[in-house]
Amino acid sequence: MTLLEEPSTAIPAAEPPPAVSTQPAAIGDDTPRKVRNVGRTDLFEMAVALCSGVSLAVVLSVVMDWTNPLTLVLWACVGFSVSQWLLVRDRAGSVVATDRLMTSLVWSSGGFAVGILGWMIVYVAAKGIPGLSIGFFTEDMSKVGPLNPGGGAFHSIVGTLQQTGLATLFSVPVGIMTAIYLNEVNGRMAPVVRFVVDAMSGIPSIVAGLLIYTVWVSPDLPIIGKQGFSGVAASMALTVVMLPFVTRSAEEMLRIVPGALREASLALGAPEWRTILKVVVPTARSGLVTASILGVARVVGETAPVLLTAFGSSSTNYDPFSGPQSDLPLFVWSLLKQPNAAQIQRAWTGALVLVSLVLILFTLARVVSNRGARLGGSR
Amino acid sequence: MTQVVPPPYVPGDWVASAEPVAPIVAPVAAPVVVARANGGHLRAERVSAWFGGRKVLEQCSLDMPPGQVTALIGPSGCGKSTFLRTLNRMHELVPGAELAGSILLDGDDIYSPDSSPPSVRNRIGMVFQKPNPFPAMSIRDNVLAGMKLTGSRVADAGDLVEASLRGAGLWDEVKDRLDDGGMGLSGGQQQRLCIARALAVKPSVLLMDEPCSALDPISTRVIEDTIRELSHEVTIVIVTHNMQQAQRVSDHCAFFLVDELGQPGRIFEAGATEQIFTAPRHDRTHAYVSGQFG
Repeated sequence: MTLLEEPSTAIPAAEPPPAVSTQPAAIGDDTPRKVRNVGRTDLFEMAVALCSGVSLAVVLSVVMDWTNPLTLVLWACVGFSVSQWLLVRDRAGSVVATDRLMTSLVWSSGGFAVGILGWMIVYVAAKGIPGLSIGFFTEDMSKVGPLNPGGGAFHSIVGTLQQTGLATLFSVPVGIMTAIYLNEVNGRMAPVVRFVVDAMSGIPSIVAGLLIYTVWVSPDLPIIGKQGFSGVAASMALTVVMLPFVTRSAEEMLRIVPGALREASLALGAPEWRTILKVVVPTARSGLVTASILGVARVVGETAPVLLTAFGSSSTNYDPFSGPQSDLPLFVWSLLKQPNAAQIQRAWTGALVLVSLVLILFTLARVVSNRGARLGGSR
Repeated sequence: MTQVVPPPYVPGDWVASAEPVAPIVAPVAAPVVVARANGGHLRAERVSAWFGGRKVLEQCSLDMPPGQVTALIGPSGCGKSTFLRTLNRMHELVPGAELAGSILLDGDDIYSPDSSPPSVRNRIGMVFQKPNPFPAMSIRDNVLAGMKLTGSRVADAGDLVEASLRGAGLWDEVKDRLDDGGMGLSGGQQQRLCIARALAVKPSVLLMDEPCSALDPISTRVIEDTIRELSHEVTIVIVTHNMQQAQRVSDHCAFFLVDELGQPGRIFEAGATEQIFTAPRHDRTHAYVSGQFG
C-alpha cells in the first residue's frame, strides 16, 4: 500500500487533463510522426554498397574484357546486393539484412520493368517526332513517291478507327453476354464454353487472319459473292482475337460483384434477368468498360491478321465493306521494310501515333476504373 | 446444477409422437396473442432441408403468428438460417439444395407449382446478416430498388422513400443526402437502409438473418427499436445468437438444436418467449438460454 501511495501524489501532476486532447489548440501539435525512417546510416550503407557494386562491374569489364552494358549492370546489381547485405548484417543482424536485400530486389525489379517501358516509349518518340506534322494526320500516301517529302498516315488512321471500331462493336456485346452466361446463368454448357474461350485466347493472331481469309476473303460465297480484301474482314479477324480477351476479363469483373447483392435483389422479388440487368451489370459497369477498352488496346496493334484480310493500301478507303484498307500497324510494317530514309521516318512516326493511341486507351481504362472504385467503394 | 436430459429422439416422427417434445404451433400462453390484421400468417409444416444430399434440417414445424416477432435461437450450425431461407424460397438458390414439407403464407403453400419464387420473395422480404446496399445506387434508389427490380410503378416515389426510411428509423439521418451513395453510410445505417429497402415493397412478412451481428451496440439498439415498431405492421422472423436480443424483441421463440454431431437440426422447443426464457419445458433449452452451453 505504501508503494502505491508514494507515486499517487505525482500522478495527477504528470498526467495531462483529459480535456486537452479535444481542445482545438492542440491541433497544431498534431503532426504525423515519421514511422519509416531512412536514416543517414542507411544512405551511407547504400552509397558504399553502390560503390562496391560499380567497382565490381568495372573490375570485371577490365579483367574479363566484357563490354555489354546489360551484363555490367547486372553484375553491379549483384555486387550491390551482396555488399549491402554484408554491411547491414554487421550492423543490425541477418534478419534486417535480408529484409533490406529483398527491398532492394523488389525495387530494382520494378525499376527495371518501368525502365524498359520508358526507354521504349522515349526511343519511339525520339525516332518518330521528327516526322510529325499536321500533314501526317491529313494526307495519305497515294500521291507520294518513295523519295518525295509530304504524305502521311491519314488512310491508316481511318482504317485503324474503322476496323477496331467494328471489331469492338462485334466483340464487346457478344463478349459481355458470354461472360454473363458463364458467371450469372452458369448453365450446363458453361464449362464447355469456358474451355472454348480459353482455347480461342491461345490462337495465334495470324491464324485468326488465315481463318477469315479462307472463309470470307477468298471464297466465292453464295448470295453475297466474292468479298475480297476489306476493312470489315479485318475487323472479323480482330474480333476472333478480341472476343476471348473481352469475355474472360468481363467474367472476372462480374465475378467480383458480391453474391450478397444478387441475393438482396432476388429477396426483393426481382426476377433473375432484372437482377443481372439492374444490379449486377451496373455494379460491374466500370469494370466492364475497362475490360472493353483493354480489349481494344489488345487488338489495335495487330498486324498479321489485318495483312491477310485488309491487305493494306496507300490511298484512303472510307468504305470498310469493300476494297483493301490500311491501318497503322500495317503502315508501320510496310514502310519500315523500305530501303529509304523518308519511308522509315514515316514508319517511326506511325509507330509513335500507335503507341500514343494505346497509351491513351490504357489511361482511359484506368481513369474509368478508378472512378468506378470511388463511386462503388466504401468511404 | 440442472441435469441435462435430452428428450427421446424419434427420427421423422417426433412431431407426431405420443409425448410431443415440442409444440407444433405456438402455445396459447403467449403474452400478446392479440391477432392483428397486419402482417401475413406464416406457418411451416414438417420442413426438412438438404444440401447436396446431406440433411441439415428435419421435420420443423412452426407457427409464426401475424403481426408478431418470432425469434429463432440455437447454437451455430443447427439450421436456423437454413430454416429462415426456406421461408421465402431463398434456400433453393444454393446449388444442390432440396426441401420437403410446406410453408403456408396465409394458408397458401409458397412452394406450390402456381406460385413463383419472385412473387413469394416480393411478399416475404429479407434482411441479411451483412448490410448489402446496392453500391451503384443512391440512397433513394436503394429504397426504390425493390419497385424498380420488380417492374412495379410507383405512384409517389417521394412519399414511399420517406415512409420506408421512417419505418426503418433512418429518415432523420439521411433526409438531406438522399442522392448520395448508400455505401457512404455507417454499418448500422446501411443495415437500416436495407430494412427500408425491404419495407418499400410492402411485404407481409420480414425475415431477418442475424441483422445485428455485424453492428455495434448502439446501432443494434436502434435496429431492435425498429423491429419492435415494425412488428405492428409486418410479421417478423428473426435469427439471433444474442439471447438478450431474443428476449427484448420477440414474442415467440423457437429453439433449434442438433442432437449429435452430423445429425440434422430440428426445433427442440418452441413457445412464447417469456415461457422459453423463464419456464422452458426441457433442461437443454434452459441450459442454452441461461448460457450454460452453445
